[in-house]
Amino acid sequence: MSGVGFGAFVRRAHDAGRLVVQPRMGMSSPERMRAGLLATRDTAATTVGTITLDSYTRVGDLDSARLAVLEGVPLNGYPIAGHERATTRAVLDGIHGPGFPVQVRHGSAAPQHIFRALTAVGLDASEGGPVSYCLPYGRVPLRDSVGHWRASCELLAALRDSGAEPHLETFGGCILGQLCPPGLLVAVSVLEAMFFHRHGIRSISVSYAQQTDPRQDAEAVAALRTLCARFLPHTEWHVVVYAYMGLFPETEHGAYALLGKAAELAVASGSERLIVKTVAESRRIPTVAENVAALEHAAAVAARTARAPLEGTGTQTYAEATALVEAVLALDDDLGRALLTAFATGCLDVPYCLHPDNAGFSRSYIDADGRLCWSDIGKMPLTGIADVRPARAITSDELLGALSHVRRRYDRYDQGEPAVL
Amino acid sequence: MSPFPTTPDPGARPVLVAGGISDSHTWNLVYLHLLLEEHGQRVVNLGPCVPEDLLIAEALHRRPALIVVSSVNGHGYHDGMRTVARLREHPELDAVPVVIGGKLGIEGPPGEEEVAALRAAGYDAVFDDSPAGVAAFRRTLAALPQRALV
Repeated sequence: MSGVGFGAFVRRAHDAGRLVVQPRMGMSSPERMRAGLLATRDTAATTVGTITLDSYTRVGDLDSARLAVLEGVPLNGYPIAGHERATTRAVLDGIHGPGFPVQVRHGSAAPQHIFRALTAVGLDASEGGPVSYCLPYGRVPLRDSVGHWRASCELLAALRDSGAEPHLETFGGCILGQLCPPGLLVAVSVLEAMFFHRHGIRSISVSYAQQTDPRQDAEAVAALRTLCARFLPHTEWHVVVYAYMGLFPETEHGAYALLGKAAELAVASGSERLIVKTVAESRRIPTVAENVAALEHAAAVAARTARAPLEGTGTQTYAEATALVEAVLALDDDLGRALLTAFATGCLDVPYCLHPDNAGFSRSYIDADGRLCWSDIGKMPLTGIADVRPARAITSDELLGALSHVRRRYDRYDQGEPAVL
Repeated sequence: MSPFPTTPDPGARPVLVAGGISDSHTWNLVYLHLLLEEHGQRVVNLGPCVPEDLLIAEALHRRPALIVVSSVNGHGYHDGMRTVARLREHPELDAVPVVIGGKLGIEGPPGEEEVAALRAAGYDAVFDDSPAGVAAFRRTLAALPQRALV
């Protein structure tokens, strides 16, 4: 805990009683990227900056990213390996620093080229994970992703030799964005944090993405904190909450109400950071102004919310997450191999995930109270722990209904309606 | 929809479902998988981030009744142009119907010019993700020959 870097900034803000809020933001134009970072910094909130990379850079198709830069074709993010280093340094000049650390967000199962590019321009914070940026996200074999992430952690960890404190955030608390019961989200987030730690990273954040039920979410973050305290000794860690990552409300009042609930979850659960979503989320990539409005709304809700974390143990989510983490750790002393075995044997099994390395036997549903539950645990070691309600096969309309559950509920309420959500 | 990723019925020509080259989204593909099965189709779901070479190899191997490309990450237009141009280079795949749909641009639905360009490049139909787009896609499915429903 060296007091420098992304993790230390977030810890200082938390100690001062403030929630750090952060956008997802990436534009291919360097001028617009710089303007977006400046606007984030100058928002009336405690913020950190984001450079979200484009999809070509994410999948390693650097030729397409460079071609788009040359031809001026707008991409869905900033092509950090397609621009000259001097260009990116100029984007960050006078902005990135101890008072406003910038994180690179990407989504890659093979992020070595990304980590090289970000360290080359003086950055040291990123996110992802060997499972969460592989299974739901493409076609890279899990075995390859584990190897890539091991190498990438070590690449980033080498910055510690020069006095920096590189930071990594797990994406494991968000697998597939929606319809994954929280026990599995918490387990994967903890396992990825342990993976980072074993490969030299000492400043870590663990993610949890807001799901369908506020009480279940609060239980999940409490479970996550309890497991991190147990499994991440001698580590600077914090929890980052993602505002809902599934189909977002289409109305402005619905979008702000859901974002507000995420801010309440973050503060009440004792979390240190929140990544926001915007009113534009259901339609397109948000503008800088929409992101600033979302950051300020989240910060305002956070400021009037009290910390009131639940007891970590004794909940369904804690029992499921603990059983999954312990079962995976027992498979192999090498955590990378343990993760491979876990997915090969169905000990971990992400519902509805199409990746060939996922067993694909588990299924989930939203119950009448709005909680995410298992309809099939497949071969996961949750017998007698999870409350399983077997269901007939889901139809396309039912799937769409479950995917739209949160959107519908938040769009339905008029502005000013008391939050009976 | 079980088991993934291929529903068993070796007799029928399947429908190939594929995410865009650079698109990691999955739910659109799960939904299409179920919808196509409900319309009596056998589905081979190639999942997200499908490179052109993989799609072409699978199409040559499986002789699909239809290829459905789905993209929601904003790169659908550019990725989709690349994919169909490469696909149509193969004379064996010249007659296979190929459609594309989703959120195809980073600034909202594609305009008339982009739809025309996608069709000129080789798509038989282009669907946006509006209710009208989904309804049009369902009509396309209803017009396909179905395997026997059991």
